[in-house]
Amino acid sequence: MSGKRTAWGGILLRRAVQIVALGLLVGTVCFFMARSLPGDMATRIAAGRYGYDLVSNAAADAVRIELGLDRPLWLALLQWWGEIARLDLGTSLVTGNSVWSEVVHQLGATIDLAVASLAVAVVVGLPLGTWSGLHAGGCIDRLTLALAVVLRAVPPFLLAVLLMVLVAVRLGALPVAGDHHVGSVLLPALTLGLGLAAGLARVTRAAMREAAASPSFEFARTKGLSDRQALVRHGLRQAAAPVVAYLGVHAVFLVEGAVVVETLFAWPGIGHALVHAVFGRDVPMIQGAALCMGLLFVVFNLLVDAGCLALDPRRRRGEAA
Amino acid sequence: MTQPFVLTRRRALQLGAVGPAVAASTALQAQPARAPLQIVGPWEIGGLAPANSGYVFTRMQITETLMEAGDDGTPLPGLAERWRVSADGLVWHFTLRSAARFHDGTPVTAAAVVRCLQAARVAPALLSLAPIRSLEADGSGVVVVRLASPHGGLPALLAHSSTMVLAPSSYGSGGEVKAVLGSGPYRVVSLAPPQQVEAAVFEGYDGARPAVERVRYLTVGRSETRALMAEGGQADLAYGLDPASLVRLRKRGRVRVDTVTLPRTAILKVNAGLPALKDRRVRQALSLCIDRAGIAKALLRDPELSATQLFPPTLKAWHDPTLPPLIHDPGSAARLLAEAGWRRAADGLRDASGRPLQLSLRTFPDRPELPVIASALQEQWRQAGIAVQVNVGNSGDIPLGHRDGSLQLGLAARNYCTVPDPTGTLMQDFTAAGGDWGAMGWRSDALVQALSELSRSTSSAERAAALRARVTAVLQAELPVIPVTWYRQQVAVSGRVTGVSLDPLERSYRLSAMRWSA
Repeated sequence: MSGKRTAWGGILLRRAVQIVALGLLVGTVCFFMARSLPGDMATRIAAGRYGYDLVSNAAADAVRIELGLDRPLWLALLQWWGEIARLDLGTSLVTGNSVWSEVVHQLGATIDLAVASLAVAVVVGLPLGTWSGLHAGGCIDRLTLALAVVLRAVPPFLLAVLLMVLVAVRLGALPVAGDHHVGSVLLPALTLGLGLAAGLARVTRAAMREAAASPSFEFARTKGLSDRQALVRHGLRQAAAPVVAYLGVHAVFLVEGAVVVETLFAWPGIGHALVHAVFGRDVPMIQGAALCMGLLFVVFNLLVDAGCLALDPRRRRGEAA
Repeated sequence: MTQPFVLTRRRALQLGAVGPAVAASTALQAQPARAPLQIVGPWEIGGLAPANSGYVFTRMQITETLMEAGDDGTPLPGLAERWRVSADGLVWHFTLRSAARFHDGTPVTAAAVVRCLQAARVAPALLSLAPIRSLEADGSGVVVVRLASPHGGLPALLAHSSTMVLAPSSYGSGGEVKAVLGSGPYRVVSLAPPQQVEAAVFEGYDGARPAVERVRYLTVGRSETRALMAEGGQADLAYGLDPASLVRLRKRGRVRVDTVTLPRTAILKVNAGLPALKDRRVRQALSLCIDRAGIAKALLRDPELSATQLFPPTLKAWHDPTLPPLIHDPGSAARLLAEAGWRRAADGLRDASGRPLQLSLRTFPDRPELPVIASALQEQWRQAGIAVQVNVGNSGDIPLGHRDGSLQLGLAARNYCTVPDPTGTLMQDFTAAGGDWGAMGWRSDALVQALSELSRSTSSAERAAALRARVTAVLQAELPVIPVTWYRQQVAVSGRVTGVSLDPLERSYRLSAMRWSA
């Protein structure tokens, strides 16, 4: 028990340190990057607020004075650090709303999309990978390999357009875009999830083959368990650890892909918001959105650690020793 | 302790508003549910302040402005059912519709209007351009605007979405807008900035009840997605379609494409203060090199958008069909350049005393066709021996380049009807000192005088027409900005609705005039 607690404590402590370091690093880097973009920040913010028809030097001056954009850089950065220390992400320069309230709304939509994409990857990739691993060289295995190559090679935006045209427009089976219809999440989730499913199927296949060839699986068979019983009691658990680790690492793929997919499908997520914040030179929004995306990575990694720890008792004992 | 019920005037009004609402909602329950009319467009809801996103709410007829405008910009009654101006042009009285109600059931009062207009005077909102001395409420139903000098453009400014009128309960304690409670035929049902707003019929509206009960607006950034939503039957009105999608939509024939020419023109802002561009012949040569018809046909897929003068035919009062059109004539361009001293050097570029004719052009991608048009211009000028470097940056780079004097050429899409009367926009663009999106290093006293007289609005109709003709003639001859193409609004319309008409001033979706097809 104490070993388990120590392992968990170590993981949580590591991730907590990561969160603080990541917050400071991401926020600071975003600040300097946004401030060093070419062009005048005030005119860009004015365009974001009022539309470019009303952009003028007078509008830019009004924005500059209102937001204190002439202050020295270090003062603005210190202010942001102070706000972060008080767990306050500040106010959007374009909309005037609290960054936290905007990010919470958008992050919720991105998490919905990420979970749905993971579900697609798991539902499609796991059974195909497991079957291929247990029947290597078979027809399904070869077909899965071909599909995996194609799906990994196709960029998300192309897959998105293909799905929109075929599934939404031709078949009329699902909405093209937006988030207010039943099933709206399916097309963006398929766009992100199918690519992930392709990789997952191959990793699962390899893990499954390895598990099926392992002495423990062989022993389970010799002690009288059926193939199915040996698979369920021994094989799946052994094969699950690399699969979970793969999913964790490739959660990055989901968040990266979300920027493109959310824009294409008009999904109100954080990726979409980040792109707009960059266009509008909305520094607090960029910092807040990037920070939350960074935290999402840490949370994914934490979940992977937890999953691996729960699946592999040897790791818990090893860390406790 | 329970308060005794007292039927005050306000309660009676609230009951009056709620009563029909209850009756109508009962009637509605009996009808089969119909999906809301879905509008998709590229415009985001960037906050609730009228200056930020007022246009979203006025277009959806959720909010109203004191004045409305006809297709040609003629002032029409809005929240103000009538108005009058004093003989000296300094005092304007706007009388409100007495039965107008905000969406919270309270009456629209002059005090509420004055509060909104005061907020709308803060720069950069357009109302700050009017020489307003004071805004007052005369009783509950009349708004009085006192001016420091006559300003005929006031009704046009009061039709701009940044002057939309909100109920006092829309504002938070700090004066910020926390909810959008207008007085239009639709009220907000749900709002999820920056992407969505859903509206339903406001039963307390004092005008005709719209036939379409519910409407939803969704911001969709990609034009291809908007087109596919229309094609897939998910969008009833899809605004801002790209040329390639339009060709496909027309070919497939699943939806109708309606169009209206907008008072917007793709213009080249020329720094006429530069030695090379100070010469009118060089500006004219730059214009003669442009194959507008080719650009309109190949890039915008619409040959009629070739801009033969600054103002498109939509602006009937300003478009002068008798003006000699701007044409593509490389021969004349070469002659003019040679006359101005720019002769072809060995490398094919124009040169004057060892100084090659090299220019830089700034543009921005907010309108995706602009960088493409810039590339076409670059090639057309290269053929004429003029080397132009294209820089695609931010929209703000052009006013910024104007301010610091670094701009040489700027390509932008200028809306001359940001408010229904173009005079105000022209005064911003062509004052003696130039304008952020207009003249640079160029002035015309005749034009400034004409615009100034027009803005006072004391001239007769004939005199005003003569002044407008003078303005267009000067701009056509001098070319301080060079028109390239006009713009057309292209909207995919589903078969679910009838009664769709497009507003050339982009002020309204005209939802209350629409009907379901079946």
